[in-house]
Amino acid sequence: MLRTMLSIRLFEQRVKQLYRAGEIVGAIHLYIGEEAIATGVSEALRRDDYVFSTHRGHGHLIAKGGDLKRMMAELMGKATGCSRGCGGSMHMFDPSIGFMGGNGIVGGGIPLALGAAFSAQYRGADSVAVAYFGDGGMYQGVLHESLNLAAKWKLPFIAVCENNRYAATTPVAKSAASHDFSTYAAPHGIPGVRVDGNDCLAVHKAAKQAVARARAGQGATLLDCETYRVEPHCGIIPDDRPQEERDEWGRIENDPIERSRRRLKITQPQFAKLRAEIESGLDEAVEFARQSPMPKIGSCDA
Amino acid sequence: MRKLTYIDAIVEAMHEEMARDESVYVIGEDVDIKGGVWKGTVGLLEKFGAKRVRGTPISEAAFTGLATGSAMTGLRPILEIMYMPFCYVAMDQFLNQMAKLPAMSGGQIKLPITIRAQAGAGTREAAQHSQSQEAIFLHIPGFKVVMPATVYDAKGLLKSAIRDDSPVLFIEDRNLYYEPEEVPEGEWLVPLGQADVARTGKDVSVVTLGFPRRKALAAAKQLEGTVDVEVIDARSLEPLDMDTIGASVMKTGRLLVVHEAPVRCGAGAEIVRRVVAEYFDYLDAEPRVLGGANLPLPFSPVLEDACLPQVNDIVNAVRQMA
Repeated sequence: MLRTMLSIRLFEQRVKQLYRAGEIVGAIHLYIGEEAIATGVSEALRRDDYVFSTHRGHGHLIAKGGDLKRMMAELMGKATGCSRGCGGSMHMFDPSIGFMGGNGIVGGGIPLALGAAFSAQYRGADSVAVAYFGDGGMYQGVLHESLNLAAKWKLPFIAVCENNRYAATTPVAKSAASHDFSTYAAPHGIPGVRVDGNDCLAVHKAAKQAVARARAGQGATLLDCETYRVEPHCGIIPDDRPQEERDEWGRIENDPIERSRRRLKITQPQFAKLRAEIESGLDEAVEFARQSPMPKIGSCDA
Repeated sequence: MRKLTYIDAIVEAMHEEMARDESVYVIGEDVDIKGGVWKGTVGLLEKFGAKRVRGTPISEAAFTGLATGSAMTGLRPILEIMYMPFCYVAMDQFLNQMAKLPAMSGGQIKLPITIRAQAGAGTREAAQHSQSQEAIFLHIPGFKVVMPATVYDAKGLLKSAIRDDSPVLFIEDRNLYYEPEEVPEGEWLVPLGQADVARTGKDVSVVTLGFPRRKALAAAKQLEGTVDVEVIDARSLEPLDMDTIGASVMKTGRLLVVHEAPVRCGAGAEIVRRVVAEYFDYLDAEPRVLGGANLPLPFSPVLEDACLPQVNDIVNAVRQMA
C-alpha cells in the first residue's frame, strides 16, 4: 500500500509541475494528502469490482491499477489517453479494470455505482461497487435516495465519503448540521463507519469488512473517511483556508505516507529507492504522453 | 390482422424482448403493481419475476442513475417515467450522466437504455403532468428520440429502441393508449430514423410529431376536394428522416409542421431550419410551425384546448398556405 500511496503522491506532484508549465490544461483537482483512502479501499477490491470516481479521481484510478502512461496522455489530451482525449482529468475511464469513470458533478456518480451494484446482483456475480464522493456529496439528495435503495434491495454497494472538510471552498462547519457523516447510514439500517482517512490500514480494515458484507449479499455500507486536502480545491482557485489548520494537517506525523513508512519501519534510503523507482516510471509516462499524437478531429463523436 | 391497443402493443414488445434477451429488465414507479398505473407492464412480473420487473420508490434521480450504471455494466434497462415532466427531478442523471458518459469515455461506455416516457396533454391534468419535452432531449447531444403515434409503430419502434446500443427516449402519448387499431400477428420492427407517409397528397406537406398525426389526418379529410394534403408522421426525431420529408417538400413546395410543444425553439423549428437549408429551392411558400401555446398548460378544459393545435387550426393553416 505504501508503494500505491507514493505512486499517487508523485503522480500528482508531476501533474502539478506540468500544469504550471502549461503542458497540462483545464481543471485539475489533486489528491495529495488523501492517498490512504483510495489505497486502503482498493486493496480490498478485485479487478472485477467497480469503482465510480469523482472530479478528484487520479488516485482512485491509480489505486485500481490504472496505467500511468495512458493517464498522463489523457491529461495532455492525447489520442492514447485512457479516454482517448475525450474526457480529461475529471473523466478518465478504464472499464477493463472496473474503473467506471470520474464525474464532474458532485454526487453524480453515486447512483451510477448503485446501478453497477444492481447489475452484479442481477447477473449473480459477486462483484461489488464503490462510489467515492466528498463531504460535498453528502449534501446531495441523490445520496440519500441511493442509500435507501441500496439498503432496501441489499445491493453490494459501498459509499465512501472522502471527508476532506471542504466542499470546493466551503467548510463542513458552515454546511452541515451534523458533522459525523457516518450517522447518515443509521436511518437506512446499514452500517456507517467513521474512519481515520489518513491511515491506510484503518481504511483498509473498514473497506474489507464492507466488501465482505457486500459480497456475502448482506448489503451496503457507508464509510466516512476523515482526511484533509493538502492542495487548494482546484488549480485555479486560491486557497484561503486558515493557516493554522493547514499547518496542523500538514505536519509530517499526519501525512498518510509518512505514517505508513514509520509503521513499516522503512528506512530513508529504502524509501528513497522506492521513490526513485516510481519517478522513473513517471518519467516514462510523461515521455509517452509527450510523444503521443493528438486525437483526430471528430474522434470523440460517440 | 387483429385489433390491439397502443399500450398492449408496448406490453407485447416488452414481453418479446425480455424473452429474447435476459439482460433486458424494466424499472420504474409502480411497474410491479397490477401492471402499472397505465397498464404498461401487464403480465411482466408474472412471467419474468421481481428481479426483472423492478418497482421503485419515488426517487427518479436514483433509479435513473441506477439504470445508467446497470447499462454501463452489461444490462439493457427499460426505464419507465410515469409522467414525462417527472424527468426534471432527475435531469442531472439524464443530461449530465446518461447523455455524456459514452462520449466522455471515448466510446468505451455503451448505454443501451430505453426511456419509456408517458407524455401528452388535453387530459386536464395541468402543467406539471402535461408537457411536450422532446425538444429538450433533442437539444442535448446523446439521445435518440422517437414519438410513435400508431399501435403498429409503438410496438415496432419500442423493439428497435430496446435493441439499440444508445439511450433512446421513447415518448408515448396517453391519449393513444386504449383505442384498438388493426395490426398484423407476430413480430415486427420499425427502424429508428424512418418517417411514415400517413397520407399522400400533392399540395401541402404536413409533418406531425406524435398525437397530432390524427388531427392532421382529420384535417386532410376535411380539406379533400380543395387542398390535397400529404401527412408525414416523423415518428423518429433523432435520427430525423430528412429524405422522406425532403421528397415530400420537393413535390408540394409547402411545409407545415404540427406538434403540441410550444413553437419557440421546438422540434418544428429545427425541421423547418433543415428544410430551408437543404430544400430551399423547392419551397413555394414560407414554411410554418403550428404548436402549443407558449405557457404552462392551464387546467380548465376550455383554456387547455385553446392552448393545443386543434383540427380546425390545421385546416386554417393549410388553407392560408395553399
